[in-house]
Amino acid sequence: MSQVELVGISKSYDKQKSVLNEIDLSIEEGEFFVLVGPSGSGKSTLLRMIAGLEEITGGTLKINSNVVNHLPPKDRNLSMVFQNYALYPHLSVEQNILFGLNAKKVDKKEQRKRLVETAQMMGLDELLKRKPKELSGGQRQRVALARSVVSEAPLCLMDEPLSNLDAKLRAHMRVEIRRLQKRLGLTMVYVTHDQVEAMTMGDRIMVLNDGKIQQVGKPITLYNEPANLFVASFIGSPKMNLGKAVYKPDLRQLMIEEKLAIDVDSTYLDILSIHKNLTIGIRAEHIFPCVDEKQTHQLEVVNVEHLGNETSIAFDIGLELWTAKWPGQWDINVGDSVPVHITMENFCFFDTKTGELIRSANVGRKQEVAAI
Amino acid sequence: MTMPISKKIIFYVLLAVSGIIVFAPTLMAFMMSFMSNKDIMTGSLPTSLSFDNYVKAFGQFPLLKYLFNSFFISIIIMIGQLLLSSLAAYAFVFLEFKGRDLLFYLFIATMMVPFEASIIPNFHIIRDLGWIDTYQGLSVPFFAMAFGTFLLRQNFRQIPKELREASQIAGMGDFKFYLTVVLPVAKTSLITLGVYGFLTSWNMYLWPLLSTTNDSVRTVQIGLKQLQTQEQLNDWGVIMAGAIIVVIPTLILLFLGQKKLQKGLTEGALK
Repeated sequence: MSQVELVGISKSYDKQKSVLNEIDLSIEEGEFFVLVGPSGSGKSTLLRMIAGLEEITGGTLKINSNVVNHLPPKDRNLSMVFQNYALYPHLSVEQNILFGLNAKKVDKKEQRKRLVETAQMMGLDELLKRKPKELSGGQRQRVALARSVVSEAPLCLMDEPLSNLDAKLRAHMRVEIRRLQKRLGLTMVYVTHDQVEAMTMGDRIMVLNDGKIQQVGKPITLYNEPANLFVASFIGSPKMNLGKAVYKPDLRQLMIEEKLAIDVDSTYLDILSIHKNLTIGIRAEHIFPCVDEKQTHQLEVVNVEHLGNETSIAFDIGLELWTAKWPGQWDINVGDSVPVHITMENFCFFDTKTGELIRSANVGRKQEVAAI
Repeated sequence: MTMPISKKIIFYVLLAVSGIIVFAPTLMAFMMSFMSNKDIMTGSLPTSLSFDNYVKAFGQFPLLKYLFNSFFISIIIMIGQLLLSSLAAYAFVFLEFKGRDLLFYLFIATMMVPFEASIIPNFHIIRDLGWIDTYQGLSVPFFAMAFGTFLLRQNFRQIPKELREASQIAGMGDFKFYLTVVLPVAKTSLITLGVYGFLTSWNMYLWPLLSTTNDSVRTVQIGLKQLQTQEQLNDWGVIMAGAIIVVIPTLILLFLGQKKLQKGLTEGALK
């Protein structure tokens, strides 16, 4: 059953500029749902509307099948974790955690019990008497989480909770939050601008841009079959390599950015004959080094990043900068000309004008099957 | 900081000289409060020091009564100011309503009207209410304070909005949030404002002079003035003794407040 349901939700300030446009969405119970998008895409606004901190301009918001459009936040039975944690600086960790329970007039004995449980779960036993300013970033984050857990609200909203932490701690907290959510069976709505966070944590992801839904789906679906150019360039790191493609029927070749010529397989002829303005996309890991495969192109290297477990190599393709990701360590220098293997079956085809996906890559599907 | 010794000496000498000049009147008053009238009048150095003047000051005039009045009125004004200013500041920061900013600017624009300009209407109101010679007549006109509201508003604005939102989700109303979060967090500013308000009202002269007609509620500042005019020949020793007593609360607050203030300032700076 769906816990949160948005029907045609819109938001505009001053009745003119709309921040969110007709958002339809339903979030299932026990789901980890991630809202992701660049700054200013309206993802935080959407979350705050679910929380009741922001007024809803149009549409219906349902929680547990009840319309809650005009309910104050406290009656929506949810908890929220803020980007800056919103800990009360004058209260100790213990008081901070119990703050909400006090306000809700929960029985003292029950408060104690929940406090002990939560503190143990979050590893805060030793810190209960400290003030927030005596805690590290990660510890503060944990207190904020504990405060949300202790309320035992079935729906938890998080607004970029990890963006103030350093990279290492962030990776750690990602796992911790995910485990916590699964263990408690919480329904989580998580806002982030970091697509890695979205990919690693979400059961389902919604990509927002300019107040419009770009795509909703499982992380892998978003990765393999991006609905449009925006999702293609937003999801995945490095981003999908994109290039304008023109079909030359006389040569039976596809010219990409007027530089790369690719031999056309006959199965693609129907697409190429219908659509004139094409943009193709290829993932970095699908530009293969020539080891087993035969060489299709020779490309000049403009940048190399050695990551240890893999090597990322950049090429200039016309005006675009393409990146290839090769597993292992490769002894390549800038300026080298390396042989690569690029074929059409790894291409995603997009309509250049509308940006919509026409056909996704075959390889992604193959791997999906293999995984099962 | 490093600076050459010669420069340091010059600085310290200058500082010492200006310090002495600034402090001289206070020092003279302090000395005179222990001297006999004869010594004061002849302008000679004290031949004997005694507490006679203090005894006289307390004996001749209802100084204790004056002190109590001053203290009581100052405390009442301080509490009233803190209460009204903080509530107003809360509304200006955390409540959203149309024309909030305009109202606020109007509010602080009243700071440009000096109190002396509003003293006649104030007096009329107090008189019509029958509050002449009462504590409320002395204190109520000072409760509303644009400066205090301004100071606290600036301070409250530093409180992250998320704190209010978190408390909203927890189901906490405005008033409870004000009491349990805003006031404790803004403690330092409240103390500063409290000290400021207390001292201002302690040193008030014009208003108590106008709104009192007898000793029952008169403040110590007016009392001091009376010391001066009771006799033909001013008994400067007694007057100075009274003045020293009057200054004491100011000094105490200064010393206490300074420490608190410094603590509060560094607390904010280092997060």
